[in-house]
Amino acid sequence: MATEITLEVARYRPGVDSEPVMQSYQVPLREHWAILDGLTYVKDHLDGTLSFRWSCRMGICGSCGMTVNGEPQLSCATFLTDYAPGPIRVEPLHNFPVIRDLVVDIDDFMTKLPKVKPWIVREVQSPVEEGEYLQTPEEMDEYQQFSMCINCMLCYSACPVYSLEPHFLGPAAIALAQRYNLDSRDEGADERRDVLSSPEGIWACTFVGECSAVCPKGVDPAGAIQRYKLTAATQSIKELLMPRSLSSRRKG
Amino acid sequence: MSVYQRPIHLFWWLERRAYVLFVLRELSSVFVAWFVVFLLLLVNAISDGAASYQRFLDWSGQWWVVAINVVAMLFVLLHVVTWFGLAPRAMAIKVRGSRVPARQIVAAHYLAWLVLSGAVAWLVLR
Repeated sequence: MATEITLEVARYRPGVDSEPVMQSYQVPLREHWAILDGLTYVKDHLDGTLSFRWSCRMGICGSCGMTVNGEPQLSCATFLTDYAPGPIRVEPLHNFPVIRDLVVDIDDFMTKLPKVKPWIVREVQSPVEEGEYLQTPEEMDEYQQFSMCINCMLCYSACPVYSLEPHFLGPAAIALAQRYNLDSRDEGADERRDVLSSPEGIWACTFVGECSAVCPKGVDPAGAIQRYKLTAATQSIKELLMPRSLSSRRKG
Repeated sequence: MSVYQRPIHLFWWLERRAYVLFVLRELSSVFVAWFVVFLLLLVNAISDGAASYQRFLDWSGQWWVVAINVVAMLFVLLHVVTWFGLAPRAMAIKVRGSRVPARQIVAAHYLAWLVLSGAVAWLVLR
């Protein structure tokens, strides 16, 4: 096996480059090295000006999402040997403005996320002395899959709807809303409904399904969105047929 | 801060196989609509009497109408197969506390399709 592999890295230096240019680096091809290890080698030994985000190096923090050979990947969980003999093309995540090199601006997501209230909403908070809000394993199963999201933005990078329609709330934000909607301890589904059911919410999604295909945590945001479409449609029909019962329920 | 925004080119949907399949699935809606129009024309021809029905049959038998219908059928099949395949992702059905497996939901869709097609065939051919 070769001892080195070529990383072709997109460089964008604001004020210097008008668009990203590719720069090649030779890095050691080691069995347990991920793309992130290769980039760290570049930063430490070859070119200290290369910029990229990382933190945990173990697929938990969601910081190191990049486009590797055209696919959105966590660079800490994507191994050099899988791409041997190379070269490996490393670019920033698509669909986001590039701040510098491999660093993208995710402010849009950070603005949208709180709109779906991704926390447990209670009409009346129980005092701490009353203890925990209990939940059975079956109740936890309802939402656990959606709680695995690490906000890595791979789903936004793979979503053509988000690319064409930047107002779209997006896969992760909706999956996280469903994570709380399906939680037996939560009472905030009605408060999330207006945002989720808006044209920028679930109805913008055309079910391409790539968000789920690229998710490194098996969250299935596409499934979450389609499930909520069914819920929203059912609720609208119920409201149409039985306006009184539903309006009183929404208040109560 | 000057950021770089990647431009979206006209053929973005050729970038990934899944995007191509998605665009074809969306396009299939046009052919579903075509079949609805074709069915309405057929019903209209039947209601106008035997001569009108024969004229419709003659028109339908022309090579270009047959060609359109063959292409339309392929797209409608793609529409059906892809949507049935996606159905379990939208339907979280529970029976006696446990979630119905995806394969059973897909199978139920095909079964319903078969039963409905059989019912229509029986209605038309009896």
